[in-house]
Amino acid sequence: MIVEELCQKLDLSLIAGASGLQREVDGVYIGDMLSWVMGRAQEKQLWITIQTNLNILAVALMADISCIVIAENAEIPAETIEKANDEGIPLLQSSLTAYQLAAKLAGVDAQ
Amino acid sequence: MHQVFYTPTDSVEQISSTNNDGVVTIQRAYAVEKNDFKRAGEVSSQIKKIMKQVGVRPDIIRRVSVAAYEAEMNIIIHSDGGSIEFVLNPEIIKLVILDRGPGIADIELAMKEGYSTASKDVRELGFGAGMGLPNMKRCSDEFVIESEVGKFTKLQITFHQST
Repeated sequence: MIVEELCQKLDLSLIAGASGLQREVDGVYIGDMLSWVMGRAQEKQLWITIQTNLNILAVALMADISCIVIAENAEIPAETIEKANDEGIPLLQSSLTAYQLAAKLAGVDAQ
Repeated sequence: MHQVFYTPTDSVEQISSTNNDGVVTIQRAYAVEKNDFKRAGEVSSQIKKIMKQVGVRPDIIRRVSVAAYEAEMNIIIHSDGGSIEFVLNPEIIKLVILDRGPGIADIELAMKEGYSTASKDVRELGFGAGMGLPNMKRCSDEFVIESEVGKFTKLQITFHQST
């Protein structure tokens, strides 16, 4: 499935990185410790986190993550938005918790 | 007799050298400043781009990128500033990381998974898992760490391309 479709299915807000909406998504990873995520997330995964600082983009780039979903409407600083736009990495937001998002995604997977 | 492993693109060629056998070596050096969170990841990102351009195996790109990023973050978070040197040839990829201090008193402790000296502020950003040095060692084929308190810390990390 591509990012754009997941965005619609999960009712996510597109905050930045619209140029990457056609990216392929394959799997999901959840985590808030940056080194941990970088070491273990697989390429093309969708990453759910509450971390919103600028460095999440570096992690996404290093791990070839498809898109980042910020859970619980965590506030996203302007510099993170700017970097996501620069790099073309979709930065999405949801009011749901990571657990709720994961449950929904598992449901989408099962279809 | 070495074979030329790959054809460098123009932007890479300017910083590569070729020996008598036609073996291409790429060498770059980057400065990393203390507390420069704004530019965190830029150096490892550039290193990754070079590896992709010359066609390094994807699994090796990933391991080198992770090690480079951890090293870059360690310089930013824990040191007084330093540099990352990157060498790539058909046989090996090597990272040499050197900082100006403060040095590590107990290297064995620093290498322990989960041990971190990161401040509270830095941990709130998602750093400080205490996995940096152990991750670097695990990703690499050879890992050498030297340090002197008050003077420097130096890492030499090697990845074999041919295996």
